[in-house]
Amino acid sequence: MSVLVYTESEQGSFKKIALEVASYAKAVANQLGTTVTAVTINTEDTSALANYGVDKVLKVSHDQLSNFNAKGYAAVIKQAAEKEAAKVIIVSSSANSKYLAPLLAIDLNAGYVTNVIEAPESTSPFTVKRNAFTNKAFELTQINTDIKIVSISNNSFGLVENNAQATAEDFSPSIPDLTVTVESVDKATDKVSIADAEIVVSGGRGLKGPENWGMIEELADVLGAATACSKPVSDLGWRPHAEHVGQTGKPVASNLYIAIGISGAIQHLAGINASKVKVVINNDADAPFFKAADYGVVGDAFEVVPQLIEKLKAFKAQQ
Amino acid sequence: MKILVCISHVPDTTSKINFTDDNSKFDTNGVQFVINPNDEFGLTRAMWFKEQQGANVTVVNVGGQETEPTLRKALAIGADAAIRVNMQATDGFSVAKQLANVVKEGGYDLVIAGRESIDYNGSMVPGMVAGLTNANFVNKCIGLTVEGSSVTALREIDGGKETVSTTLPVVIGGQKGLVEESDLRIPNMRGIMMARKKPLTVVEATETTPETTSIKFEKPAAKGAVKLVSPDNLDELINLLHNEAKVI
Ligand SMILES: Cc1cc2nc3c(=O)[nH]c(=O)nc-3n(C[C@H](O)[C@H](O)[C@H](O)COP(=O)(O)OP(=O)(O)OC[C@H]3O[C@@H](n4cnc5c(N)ncnc54)[C@H](O)[C@@H]3O)c2cc1C
Repeated sequence: MSVLVYTESEQGSFKKIALEVASYAKAVANQLGTTVTAVTINTEDTSALANYGVDKVLKVSHDQLSNFNAKGYAAVIKQAAEKEAAKVIIVSSSANSKYLAPLLAIDLNAGYVTNVIEAPESTSPFTVKRNAFTNKAFELTQINTDIKIVSISNNSFGLVENNAQATAEDFSPSIPDLTVTVESVDKATDKVSIADAEIVVSGGRGLKGPENWGMIEELADVLGAATACSKPVSDLGWRPHAEHVGQTGKPVASNLYIAIGISGAIQHLAGINASKVKVVINNDADAPFFKAADYGVVGDAFEVVPQLIEKLKAFKAQQ
Repeated sequence: MKILVCISHVPDTTSKINFTDDNSKFDTNGVQFVINPNDEFGLTRAMWFKEQQGANVTVVNVGGQETEPTLRKALAIGADAAIRVNMQATDGFSVAKQLANVVKEGGYDLVIAGRESIDYNGSMVPGMVAGLTNANFVNKCIGLTVEGSSVTALREIDGGKETVSTTLPVVIGGQKGLVEESDLRIPNMRGIMMARKKPLTVVEATETTPETTSIKFEKPAAKGAVKLVSPDNLDELINLLHNEAKVI
């Protein structure tokens, strides 16, 4: 009856979202009066989970799973759920978790809810609050099935420390025929991804051209941030599509979002509104973005940003 | 190749979102509906297959009669036929179940859906359709080619992309990248005229039990006023971000 949580790792260490979903699983387990079991795939050292309330860890090691595979990973989690007789399964909102979870839901006849932002409002009936209409509203949703799968919106619940044993146990589920094969992976390992970033620095059409992105990248570097852009910037080919954020691009739910030369159109705001703190730098005091921002600087980006970089460097050096 | 493109009928991106019936229902009053943007990229890619490789393209929506103009628009863009499964869409699972029936019935090789719809943001329909029909599944697809029954797809991952290979039948969770924004088509007069003559078949839904139920909605609290910092005093901005907001 434990709550089962899928804790993702990258190159053998847990992603921050893994610790966040573990924290969430612990909150649900407390509500249900049960324990938390984590399932990990190809992760050697699972001790970090002990700080986030995980009682038991099912460790799966398998060569066939060295690349992510939605069907294969879903099969592993399904078998872990059966072994633990889990009724509630928690996953993150990573691209991989959102890829595997609908397959898992069908395999387990489980009701599945995404973008969940708080611990369940009640566990009987099981109701959770989620983001809908691309952050323009919250929706309270009830899951009617015996087994429930909940995908947590990144950075919504946060990390909550709880000491537990995280007793590790090897687990060898059977792996189905994997009919989707990864041929090649193209991933910048030296850059923070928008999905995982605590801070995102985003540039809009106000930056005039791709040649001016040096300062955006430098600001992101100083802050350890990911870089992003508005839709026209990617449509114009100034920046790669993968950086397009907003309603029709990637969602952003960072702690800090810095928008530079972005007007704040409704479609842009919808996608980034889940970010906790928003800073806007724009030379037009009437730009709609200021209405959605926490902090604002009315000024020319080409003057403000270089100064901000220097000042942040000095600030970081003092820390 | 038989292609099925799943079309979600969603509020235009500029819509103000309001609720009625004691905040339990989305208020469609004054709202313009459009083809879900993620689906539009998939539809356009389907047109490419039709024109370059020869394919038959059917579009499908699970919804009430009010979604028919959206299906007609997809026909005007170039789809050959449309199907509407007559059911008010309540949860992602019920929709996926109806779509799976259509897929099995029609024997489609390639099913293209959007990775998520911009109204309920469920992100589950394509994966569930794949699960229910035992098809291969590629999510967040940003590039797709089919040669015979071999499929090569580019898909977005967190922080990059990867190339995967698989075989038909396959279900795609599509998004921008499947085609470029500039490739999207606006229906022309001839397309609109032809769309009127193309078949739009209404099929009745099979009974399904929703796995989830929407209880009520709430709008985010109004935002407090922005704190403006002078461009000559950026130390203050750093101070606020460090000591007040505690984000750096
Ligand atoms: C169906 C649909 C979906 C969409 N989806 C998205 C989406 O997902 N994401 C998205 O971003 N957009 C989306 N859009 C586009 C959106 O409506 C806006 O057009 C877009 O966000 C504007 O981008 P921008 O702010 O970079 O450019 P602009 O609106 O041109 O704004 C540029 C800003 O830069 C400021 N500026 C100019 N010079 C300077 C300077 N020297 N220093 C400081 N500031 C300066 C200007 O004051 C202005 O506010 C969508 C539109 C549609 C129709």
